[in-house]
Amino acid sequence: MALKVSGNNPKKFNRSQIKFYVFLIPFALFMMLPIIFIINHAFKPLDELFAFPPRFFVNAPTFDNFRNLFDLANTSGIPLSRYVLNSLIVTVAVVFFSIIISSMAGFVLSKKQFRGKKAIFEINNVALMFVPIAVTIPRFLTISFLGIDDTFFAHILPLLAMPVGLFLIKQFIDQIPDALIEAAIVDGANDFQIYWKIILPLIKPALATAAILVFQVVWNDVETSTLFTTSENMRTLAFFMNTLAVNTNVVVGQGMAAVASLIMFIPNLILFIILQSSVMNTMSHSGLK
Amino acid sequence: MQKDKKNPYLFLLPYILLFTVFIIIPIVMAIYLSFTNFNTIETPGFIGFLNYLNLLTQDEIFMQYVLPNTVLFAVIVGPGGYILSFLLAWSLSQLTRVPRMILALIFYSPSMTSGVAMVVVWKVLFSGNQAGYVNSLLMKLGILTEPLIFLQDTRFIMIIMIIVALWGSMGVGFLAMLAGVLNVDETLYEAGAIDGIRNRFQELFYITIPSMKPQMLFGAVMAIVGTFSTGVIGVALTGSNPTPSYAGQLIVNHIEDYGFIRFEMGYAAALSVVLLLIIFLFSYISKKLFSES
Repeated sequence: MALKVSGNNPKKFNRSQIKFYVFLIPFALFMMLPIIFIINHAFKPLDELFAFPPRFFVNAPTFDNFRNLFDLANTSGIPLSRYVLNSLIVTVAVVFFSIIISSMAGFVLSKKQFRGKKAIFEINNVALMFVPIAVTIPRFLTISFLGIDDTFFAHILPLLAMPVGLFLIKQFIDQIPDALIEAAIVDGANDFQIYWKIILPLIKPALATAAILVFQVVWNDVETSTLFTTSENMRTLAFFMNTLAVNTNVVVGQGMAAVASLIMFIPNLILFIILQSSVMNTMSHSGLK
Repeated sequence: MQKDKKNPYLFLLPYILLFTVFIIIPIVMAIYLSFTNFNTIETPGFIGFLNYLNLLTQDEIFMQYVLPNTVLFAVIVGPGGYILSFLLAWSLSQLTRVPRMILALIFYSPSMTSGVAMVVVWKVLFSGNQAGYVNSLLMKLGILTEPLIFLQDTRFIMIIMIIVALWGSMGVGFLAMLAGVLNVDETLYEAGAIDGIRNRFQELFYITIPSMKPQMLFGAVMAIVGTFSTGVIGVALTGSNPTPSYAGQLIVNHIEDYGFIRFEMGYAAALSVVLLLIIFLFSYISKKLFSES
């Protein structure tokens, strides 16, 4: 250890780290600014929203904006609980099935020899560069051709195949020793048992990482509700929060919009904090060659 | 043994099926539609390269505003966000565990927010009257004497879009780079010290960067994709498509304008194909830059 000049990942605080704090802390403040702002804005009473000159921090916090938001949703015909329920169904289904199909594909792409294996993984790597917005129109046509528009399938199916998820899972499985699988074969396990009993328990960090990335996409997804559904009661919380946030320019609406943004943000944050060590563990295998 | 030959495909089937239906087929369809004249009601009629020709010769708005805007935005936000995420990841790696995790969470948090909802916050901050936070602050500091209408002023739209995009650019690529820096083999640093490495910068250039090239490439690809898909913020900030005097118009907005406002789907498809080609081109270049050989 003593040989290292400076090195990464220090164990203890040392004076040479101060210069990094000097650079990082102002930056962190800038990055946090909008998030602190919505938290404060969400709790501002009416007179503080109107205050001039505007104040960044809330003085006398209140839940009025939350109450107004729930009232508004209830008077608009569809109760807020319907949007919440839709979002929950869609999110749980996408996260669950997406990590199942990605881990199945990742398992064989990593540990099995078969024709076309390299080509499939290459195509998936190219698809990492896929920007859904560029093919929104043909996707819309595909969905109406399949006749699944305005159903839960329209919300769920298009998001299941996520190239980044498969990529991260496959790279993670690569570091599981082959000897482990050979031992299982000797013991008479078939492919499905190997996948279920050996691979899945060992790749939990990668599954958690794929899950949180998928979660962020689905939970925040507005496009599906806008384009692939027509009836209001098939739409998700993200869609509702978004219309609310975009259509309210009046000062009173700002408070509700901040609440809406906050409600969308908090689940992401909590999930990420819980899973962050899995995420970092998986990301160290994320190299692309 | 015979069964083993089929099993891999069975495991792949669900993924490949969905991947084909929702990613491959739409791309193929976009390419086909780009050669047609399609208004969503009548069946598309084949018109050859006319859409592409029009794009190059007739679409003044594309040539005058959209393309330069997209290039400017991409050149600043792409490499800018990339270099920034590397610098931040490397600086974080020089700290002890707990502060590193807290700061990393702060840098990543904007990427967790749903883009459009967060834009609302920026909209309030940059609001065009005296009650706008930025205006109020600048006036208090004496930099401005009267409020600026930031979000409608053609001089500022692009700058604000770039700030917002950079703010949200520490995504998956940043996490990959942070993990990459932290996982560089410790013994390499010790060997480097014996070979005469004297300071952190030498260490960075001779050991850290070469050891984490694969993560750097992954980060680069994610940065390119991120840059081109954050394109909607201009419309969200200004509240209209097209943005005032096309000052914040990017290819993504142009596609939406033609596809969902004017219903010229064939032309919009041609624009989509051009966008995908641009992304592939940039990713190809970064692949060349970071390849091992």
